[in-house]
Amino acid sequence: MKMVKSTLAVLTAATVLGVSGFAQAGATLDAVKKKGFVQCGISDGLPGFSYADGKGNYLGIDVDVCRAVAAAVFGDASKVKFSPLTAKERFTALQSGEVDVLSRNSTWTSSRDAAMGLNFTGITYFDGQGFLVNKKLGVSSAKELDGATVCIQAGTTTELNLSDYFRANNLKYTPITYDTSDESAKSLESGRCDVLTSDQSQLYAQRIKLAAPDEYVVLPEVISKEPLGPAVRQGDEEWFDIVRWTLFGMLNAEEMGITSKNVEEQAKTTKNPDVARLLGKEGEFGKDLKLPNDWVVQIVKQVGNYGEIFDRNVGAGSALKIERGLNAQWNKGGLQYAPPVR
Amino acid sequence: MQKPANAPRAPKGSFWTDPKARAWLFQIIAVVAVMALGWYLFQNTQHNLEQRGILSGFDFLQQSAGFGISQHLIDYNESHSYARVFVIGLLNTLLVSVIGIFFATILGFILGVARLSPNWLVRKLATVYIETFRNIPPLLQIFFWYFAVMLPMPGPRNSLAIGEHLFLNNRGLYMPAPVATDGFWAFVVSLLVVVAAIIAVARMAKAKREATGQRFPVLLASLALLVVIPGLVSLVFGAPFEWSMPVLQGFNFRGGWVVIPELIALTLALTVYTAAFIAENVRSGIQAVSHGQTEAARSLGLPVGKTLRLVIIPQALRVIIPPLTSQYLNLTKNSSLAAGIGYPDMVSLFAGTVLNQTGQAIEVIAITMSVYLAISISISLLMNWYNKRIALVER
Repeated sequence: MKMVKSTLAVLTAATVLGVSGFAQAGATLDAVKKKGFVQCGISDGLPGFSYADGKGNYLGIDVDVCRAVAAAVFGDASKVKFSPLTAKERFTALQSGEVDVLSRNSTWTSSRDAAMGLNFTGITYFDGQGFLVNKKLGVSSAKELDGATVCIQAGTTTELNLSDYFRANNLKYTPITYDTSDESAKSLESGRCDVLTSDQSQLYAQRIKLAAPDEYVVLPEVISKEPLGPAVRQGDEEWFDIVRWTLFGMLNAEEMGITSKNVEEQAKTTKNPDVARLLGKEGEFGKDLKLPNDWVVQIVKQVGNYGEIFDRNVGAGSALKIERGLNAQWNKGGLQYAPPVR
Repeated sequence: MQKPANAPRAPKGSFWTDPKARAWLFQIIAVVAVMALGWYLFQNTQHNLEQRGILSGFDFLQQSAGFGISQHLIDYNESHSYARVFVIGLLNTLLVSVIGIFFATILGFILGVARLSPNWLVRKLATVYIETFRNIPPLLQIFFWYFAVMLPMPGPRNSLAIGEHLFLNNRGLYMPAPVATDGFWAFVVSLLVVVAAIIAVARMAKAKREATGQRFPVLLASLALLVVIPGLVSLVFGAPFEWSMPVLQGFNFRGGWVVIPELIALTLALTVYTAAFIAENVRSGIQAVSHGQTEAARSLGLPVGKTLRLVIIPQALRVIIPPLTSQYLNLTKNSSLAAGIGYPDMVSLFAGTVLNQTGQAIEVIAITMSVYLAISISISLLMNWYNKRIALVER
């Protein structure tokens, strides 16, 4: 009898462990609060989006989105831990609960949104796929790439777009797919491939990592829409709203002229009802999201508004010097548009 | 055995005190418990997948893949299905494993014998080789051959030319490829005829030798058959092949066969790495054969080479084969490190790209694991069969 009992005890224990091992809907915020930090999946080394500086601090737009989520939840942007993920690893890491947010220049597509158990929360960067080639090839358009060998990252939408584009234009190509962006860059430099294809923002970022950036040129063609944004697991509306509104908070702050420099001042003295609602002086809009009421103040004070983040990481204030373009606010000719707080 | 009808029955104790019944009961409980746990885990996973809106099942295999692949042994384009991508990955894995096993075995045997050579220099060189390559992780060796040897080669326009039609550059090794012509099938048929003829000749020769003791030059006769018959057929029906030559055109060479640098680097690394281990197996196998055998063979007047070939190696093989099987398995499994350099093997292509495009992690990983399991078990069975065949048969 004793043996039966102990066997049952072991089984019961295994069952209980099995149950608690799986996350439940609505539990992400609780779990994040309990462990005291946000676990954020980022790219494995892409200047402007997520890149470790000499001291091991991560910098970039994607990284700042993670920091902003931490600032909203904890009032402290430093309460975040990063998991660098390759393109191949990223979705599994999110599905399995290894990370709470995936902020890793991932393209929002229907199959990822609908079939993979993910929800994209918004668009942090409007991008499109392009081509980077060595000037020595003397190619000035992607249409001249017939027969070229193309370097590409495995498991990306770019891999699919590339094949669509070459088929549509009746061109032949040989794909060489690598796991990491560093491997593709090395391969382009050595001449293993003629062309590197990726999102344009990434191409600019890759180019400055090459030994002789001036010898390479980005071709004019943009062959796809690549809306990049953070994603969370499906089935947890509460956490989904928090991550989504973190981005909207930053966008609204920029639109209203609230910056990291003037946010505290504005929070105290504003007479503008829009600003007052956004900064938590009026209403309970933070509480609706299960966040402290000054969530936007914390985000903007510690991380910055959307414009500041763009500028610092990829825009005029960075080495990449990418134009705002599609990523300007809606009222300045761009596509960035956040719903109002009210 | 039947009990006599009137024998006193064993005292009827409780069901619990009967050790036999108890043993059965516990076995049944254990099986049920394991099955229940398995069922529970399966249900739980299903439930979680459903709740998070992750599709499951194997329907995705029929969807079209939509991406290109750099090396495919069978016909492939983007509109083919994920199932076909799986087959391509599998074939690529098998290709690199088979080539690797072939060369690693040859190199390993040479090194293993060299390590026991009476020549000081040969012995030491073999030792240095083994100690070096055995102790460097295979992934690093793959990186070395790829990033330090293959990629820095000149580009297609400055290829290293070996002879007139063989080119080596950082896109791979380009060589002329035979292309079948009208005479191809006649040629194949003639080859089959030759093979049948050679088998017949060999049998006759054996029968003759056993009957009369006279030797018949089978090898010479076979070679003659091999040259004469297909040669005549080619003359009648025309050449079976014409050669497609690699020609520089646009960005790259076109025509001919190309061995991609990823395959070259991976094969080199796996061969060099595994050969070091095989060499040690061979050495230990040879050393396991009693020295008396060598002395006996030499005293019969056999030269060194024949002693090794006819006396030592056949006995050493019995010791060598079982650990050799492990090395073949290791090589096959290590080929999955291909993902590091973009060789489209099973892991990189199927467990990598396909998994990522579809998000079907559980199904894809399950399929991949079963494939490696199947390959490994096949190698094991084959080698065990061979091992049994060459095992010492005592009469």
